Amino acid sequence: MDEQSVIEARDFTKKFGSFTAVDSISFTVAKGEIFGFLGANGAGKTTAMKMLTGLLTPTSGQARVAGFDVWHEADKIKRNIGYMSQKFSLYNDLTVVENMTLFGGIYGMSMPEIKDKAAQVIDKLAIKSFKDRLVASLPLGFKQKLAFSVAIFHRPQIVFLDEPTGGVDPVTRRQFWEMIYAAAENGITPFVTTHYMDEAEYCHRVSVMVEGKIMALDTPAALKARYDCKNMGEVFLKLARNPG
Amino acid sequence: MKELAVFIKKEFRHIFRDGRTLLILFGLPVAQVFLFGYAITNEVKDATITVWDQSHDVMSRKLVTKILATDYFKLAGVAENYADISNGFRSGRHMLALVIPPDFARKFQQHEAQVQLLLDASDPNMANLLANYASGIIANFTRQELRYAPSNQIVTEVRMTYNPELKGVFLFVPGVITVILMIVSTLLTSIALTREKELGTMEILLVSPLRPGIIVIGKVLPYLLLSFLNAILILGLGFTVFQMPMAGSMPLLVLELILFIIAALSIGIFISTKTASQQVAMMISLFALMLPTILLSGFIFPIDSMPWPLQWLSNIMPAKFFIIIVKGIMLQGVGLEVLWRETLVILAFILVFTVASIKNFTIRLA
Amino acid sequence: MVEFNHITKKYGPVTGVQGVSFKVNPGELFGLIGPDGAGKTTLFRMLTTLLLPDEGSLSMAGKDVVQDYRFVRSNVGYMPGTFSLYQDLTVAENLNFFATLFGTTVAANYALIEDIYRQIEPYKTRRAGDLSGGMKQKLALSCALIHRPLVLVLDEPTTGVDAVSRKEFWEMLKRLQAGGLTILVSTAYMDEATLCDRVALIQEGRIMQLDTPEQVISGFSRPLYAVKGERIHRLLEFLRQLPQVVSAQPFGDSIHLTLVAEHCLPEVQASILQERPDAVTEAITPTIEDCFMDLMPATHG
Repeated sequence: MDEQSVIEARDFTKKFGSFTAVDSISFTVAKGEIFGFLGANGAGKTTAMKMLTGLLTPTSGQARVAGFDVWHEADKIKRNIGYMSQKFSLYNDLTVVENMTLFGGIYGMSMPEIKDKAAQVIDKLAIKSFKDRLVASLPLGFKQKLAFSVAIFHRPQIVFLDEPTGGVDPVTRRQFWEMIYAAAENGITPFVTTHYMDEAEYCHRVSVMVEGKIMALDTPAALKARYDCKNMGEVFLKLARNPG
Repeated sequence: MKELAVFIKKEFRHIFRDGRTLLILFGLPVAQVFLFGYAITNEVKDATITVWDQSHDVMSRKLVTKILATDYFKLAGVAENYADISNGFRSGRHMLALVIPPDFARKFQQHEAQVQLLLDASDPNMANLLANYASGIIANFTRQELRYAPSNQIVTEVRMTYNPELKGVFLFVPGVITVILMIVSTLLTSIALTREKELGTMEILLVSPLRPGIIVIGKVLPYLLLSFLNAILILGLGFTVFQMPMAGSMPLLVLELILFIIAALSIGIFISTKTASQQVAMMISLFALMLPTILLSGFIFPIDSMPWPLQWLSNIMPAKFFIIIVKGIMLQGVGLEVLWRETLVILAFILVFTVASIKNFTIRLA
Repeated sequence: MVEFNHITKKYGPVTGVQGVSFKVNPGELFGLIGPDGAGKTTLFRMLTTLLLPDEGSLSMAGKDVVQDYRFVRSNVGYMPGTFSLYQDLTVAENLNFFATLFGTTVAANYALIEDIYRQIEPYKTRRAGDLSGGMKQKLALSCALIHRPLVLVLDEPTTGVDAVSRKEFWEMLKRLQAGGLTILVSTAYMDEATLCDRVALIQEGRIMQLDTPEQVISGFSRPLYAVKGERIHRLLEFLRQLPQVVSAQPFGDSIHLTLVAEHCLPEVQASILQERPDAVTEAITPTIEDCFMDLMPATHG
């Protein structure tokens, strides 16, 4: 395995009965690279993500995530990744600080470490006045930014972001992406799914999944040039509408 | 009315396509009947008894023989003093002891004989039960020998008359029917209604021209029917497998069953008007209703032996009154002339919860 | 066709919607554009009689929504934000159920839904829970249309839906509109605004602006420039520290820039070329998203 790659999948496959959800996909993700994982609903994105995060056992093929094998070291993978989705992010009935303490504790951080890190996050997000409020009472935009901070609280090698900006206002959405950039610069690799095609442009490299296969994988600029499109939205429509 | 018909059809589809609902509906009653009928029983059989006969006369021996002649008691040994008896309790040699004082035969003829029953009250229910059985036999003995029934034995006699074989299962079948009907009617209806709220389909139903009353009736009717089938199933098992007697009127029993089911359904609807998620509805149904129903209805623990706050609480359990009604009809053969009060209480429950549900079931979301 | 008059709705101390007024004309495709929590769902629930407004009045086809709620219920087609079909019923069973609920039959109104329903008809014996996201949506739309409503209300129909299915969905809405239906739709995707006849940009319970998409865009106060170049994030940091720059926001592969004054452009362009010889700067027409972001701080304060 390459020193600098944090995900390396080869002929990665998942079948449900006779249905092949993920069909022999191969790709690598480099350390610190913002990797966009696109695909239509039902193209197999979610299944592939579940296998990479150790929630689902593959049917065949190989993959190493954060340096660990998905077949035998799922528990080690889980210690070295962060995860955030639009649906579940934080406990609404705990305060901001309680959520941080909880997730820090789950990932085996010591109390002084947690305190130190929590102070940093609160400072960075400028949410000092919110720190003892229940998460339920925060505006959605704050919640999503906070959720991301908590997902990378334990400094994972990779953070999986499943539609992290759905329904978020345009200003917060951009602030969120700035946080993703900052994380990538600090050596955390963001692995992102999104339905916003402008966000696909922010990724260093983008893969497009169609019917279980990766149809294209390259930088946004190279993809636009190859398919002769003005933007990633057109690239996506072209690939997802006319598979093959 | 066509709307109601399709609604009911839809509801049956939900039920028959969900394995778990079906299991609760039909697997649970059968399992419970057999569980209570065979495994968990409060019948007394071969209870060990030690006798300290200080009299050793004809009468005392006759009494001992009489007690041991039943299936209920088995001689563990004889004692010569109280120390023997308390050692026996500690070593587990016997469950109860009978002490016959000296000069028993003479005192018996003069109607002033006394015997003493010693029991291990660390299991008060069992102790109570054994005491009842033993005093029942003693009362029987007294009646046979003296040809009259002492007034202080009447309570025991009543029990022996209506359930002469002292079969626990006869007391449990009414309890099981009650508990099952509570589960099916209350739990399943409250879940079925809150499920629509969770799914978002309730929004569509409310926005449609369908009247809220139709939604509720459409939800309730299938469960009314299924609950009724359930009750019949349990009764059928009681009659065939356990040879339950049916002393009273069958039509009256059916009528009371339907009333109780409606009461349980109205509670289920009331719960669903107060909750937004299936989980909460289930928690309320199970913990706020099921447990008190089982514990406070007299199904397992006799209400008479409860402290007064619990006795008072048992009065707000519809199940308590229904168990009295079912036992009354099936075992004692009495009719409405005796059970009208309990029936009225059940009607009152229906009224209260239906009114409360209608007040709470709004035509809007908030 | 639909009229909101100074509508206010509070949830306890929290204000959900504050003094909202707008009219939707017959046959119009009207969009409520705003992020989650802006009050879109609250407005639609009041219109569909599910919630009562605290203040203000609300009418549909000339009838008061609160008083004549039965009329509204018979004449509105509503698709709530959460997927709201019976998962354990088949496609055909769902459709028949909703048809009967509204006192009609599938056959009577088949022409209206044919265009949409034909695409899912091959799967009509499949349970709704087993359908793909796009097909579920088509079924939900068919069910909302089956009683030939006067007004169709769609609450975030494209949330969580991929770009391809979203495009197809809007094409369906356009065809329905061509058939004379009045449609109200809400979305958090700003790019969908241009597909509506008129839009209301909504944030924190207030309408910030209401107009045709073209008018909204032409109302943008300052000239807007796009800077295209590699490594957007670095470029963004560079632009933000320039004194002439008011705002610099990433938009896909470029950065949208507003300046303190138009005459600053040559200086700015020079600085950019010094830093990034390959970067291209050009004047552009703003998008709805630019307008939305421009309006936002005003209501924030």
